[in-house]
Amino acid sequence: MASPEFNKLQAMDESQNKLRQQGGETSARPTTNGAVRRPPASREAAPGTTVGQVRARNAFLTAEDVNVHYGDIHAIKNVTLEIGRNEVIALIGPSGCGKSTFLRCLNRMNDTIESARVTGRIMLDGQDIYSKDLDPVALRARVGMVFQKPNPFPKSIYDNVAYGPRIHGLAADRSELDHIVHKSLDRAGLLKEVKDRLDEPGTSLSGGQQQRLCIARTIAVNPEVILMDEPCSALDPIATARIEDLMDELSENYAIVIVTHSMQQAARVSQRVAYFHLGNLIEVDETEKIFTNPRTKLTEDYITGRIG
Amino acid sequence: MAALRGTTRHAADRNKMALTTIVLILTGLAVAGYLAGARRAYASVGGPSNLRRLHSLPGYHGFFVAICCLLPALLVLLLWVVVEPRAVVVLVTQGLPEAARGLSEGELNLLINNIRNLAAGDVVSGQVDAMLTDAALRYTELSRLGRTLSAVLVFGIAVLGAVLAWRRIGTDFRARHKVESVVTGLLVAASSIAILTTIGIVASVLFEAIRFFREVPLTEFLFGLNWSPQTAIRADQVGSSGSFGAVPLFAGTLLITAIAMAVAAPVGLMTAIYLSEYAPPRVRDVAKPLLEVLAGIPTVVYGFFAALTVAPVIRSAGEAMGLAVASESALAAGLVMGIMIIPLVSSLSDDAIKAVPRAMRDGALGLGSTRSEAMLHVILPAALPGIVGGILLAVSRAIGETMIVVMAAGLAANLTANPFEAVTTVTVQIVTLLVGDQEFDSAKTLAAFALGLVLFVVTLCLNVLGLQFVRKYREQYE
Repeated sequence: MASPEFNKLQAMDESQNKLRQQGGETSARPTTNGAVRRPPASREAAPGTTVGQVRARNAFLTAEDVNVHYGDIHAIKNVTLEIGRNEVIALIGPSGCGKSTFLRCLNRMNDTIESARVTGRIMLDGQDIYSKDLDPVALRARVGMVFQKPNPFPKSIYDNVAYGPRIHGLAADRSELDHIVHKSLDRAGLLKEVKDRLDEPGTSLSGGQQQRLCIARTIAVNPEVILMDEPCSALDPIATARIEDLMDELSENYAIVIVTHSMQQAARVSQRVAYFHLGNLIEVDETEKIFTNPRTKLTEDYITGRIG
Repeated sequence: MAALRGTTRHAADRNKMALTTIVLILTGLAVAGYLAGARRAYASVGGPSNLRRLHSLPGYHGFFVAICCLLPALLVLLLWVVVEPRAVVVLVTQGLPEAARGLSEGELNLLINNIRNLAAGDVVSGQVDAMLTDAALRYTELSRLGRTLSAVLVFGIAVLGAVLAWRRIGTDFRARHKVESVVTGLLVAASSIAILTTIGIVASVLFEAIRFFREVPLTEFLFGLNWSPQTAIRADQVGSSGSFGAVPLFAGTLLITAIAMAVAAPVGLMTAIYLSEYAPPRVRDVAKPLLEVLAGIPTVVYGFFAALTVAPVIRSAGEAMGLAVASESALAAGLVMGIMIIPLVSSLSDDAIKAVPRAMRDGALGLGSTRSEAMLHVILPAALPGIVGGILLAVSRAIGETMIVVMAAGLAANLTANPFEAVTTVTVQIVTLLVGDQEFDSAKTLAAFALGLVLFVVTLCLNVLGLQFVRKYREQYE
């Protein structure tokens, strides 16, 4: 795929972007930029070719040429994507397009699926997460994950949040653990609702509360990146709004990658959007550009509701 | 005499043949009725092109005729087969001379048996005199008459039923409903067989146990510490007063069950954990069928494995360590029984672990748990109700297990908690009480029923408890 020249071009473009953004200009770049960057005939993206801004400023998590196979199925094809520090990036696309699979590559959760095979390189803060020296268990403490369905453990609310700090030995004594649990619940916006019933089982909460409990559980281990796999798909609009507000606050401290089927949600919470189609990463760009001026026909069709 | 024997032998064979012939002819009649019924249904609407006007398809009409032909006839035949021999016996008895009728019940039974044997050409006890020959001839005569009568009656009913049914067939006749209700009836009858059998078994055990408790007080049975069921058969016999305290038996059962579960529960559970979470697919594909083979070994094989291999090994090992080990130690029986139960525990635990939602596992792993942390802190607690249910079912299996303990555990009812000593179990005692020549109204024999009743109640409670756990668990995750 990407030729050296192509990469150079991208890198140049990247530095320009950085300059521009440091100058306070965050969006509304001239659209001709794109025309410079890609071959003229690529309105219909060829497989493995991504249109737009795969590079992030201040990249923290970098995926290069990632391919995923489930047995004979080629689920992710040559995906290159960078995720910046304190950035919220939304992965969108029709069902089965590989966005969840890509997400699960980022904390090696695909390791738990026997038939899955991941190739390519994924770097977290300059460190290859698929290298042999890296312990996936330690990685998952740095890259937390929130799942589609709220999945509190069959334990008390307190123990749900304390679970991560306990297994990673983050608290020296009980009072420190109490502090971590309270702080995490507070940051997940749940403390007020549950502080008098921390001993009750996590499953006794409502769906939205359960999901915020799962978020609290994730941030309790103090990760650097949070992956969210359709975190609101099982929630009502009010609970969804609360989670979205929460994401906004959390992005001050974490990089967040969210898979979502709701275009409105992607538009509300993310700074960048990546559009996946049949295992290809078709287009990546700033949220506003993707939704107002998509460059590929596929992206346009998807966001206008013609496919999906 | 030989001639008589020849003819009667022939008659007995013919009797059996006659029944078969009757059933075969009935089947033929039913098939004919089916065809006639279907044809009449076609004819009533004037051919296949107007089939739509029929309430039920012609096949249902055919079945209706066949059922009306077969069902009442078969019922009458069944009744006849049950009643006929008794009726013949009564008639033969009435034909006997005055002297013979005055005999006591036992002697009369013997006489009738002789008559029947003579008629069938079997060996007769005692002298064959004129009265006996006479009666045997009469018996044969009556049986033949009965056969003819039954054939006429059954065929009459079959034809009558078929004809009546056939006449009812018409455009609006609801044959389908009738056939459906007969099918429902058949299904109800089939399913009630199992239920009635269970009730029958429970009732018989219960009544025999009640007879036992008339002789031995319930409190002595449940709380007595001494078990020695040898009762005196003759009044002048000594040293066999019999005592029926079942506590040593239940203690022995509990000891062996506890040893078995101490083996089966951890090993089975760990096997399940390995197979469901750790084993690569290739290992699982081999190991799972192998475990099922373990479950398929007949218990009698486990029994002699325990008695001939494990027990001597334990005994010599114990002696090497300076311990006194009985050659039929509770340990040997318990260990082998535990091995037998491993597949049960592992497959039930495996189901329980597999039923924990994947989300739970992913949640734990996503937080950076190792596999064993996820298993210990999250998956096992979530699967616990199912696992406990499975273990309770295994316990009830262990308590009821017979063959291994019959072969490997002792007969001495020692009240001990020492696994190196010989103990006996409830099931072993039931077997020894009922094997060999017995008189069926002594406390010794009846004790088996009382033991069986208590065993039944205990395993029933355990099963109910176990299933309750499993059900509660399923509700949680579905």
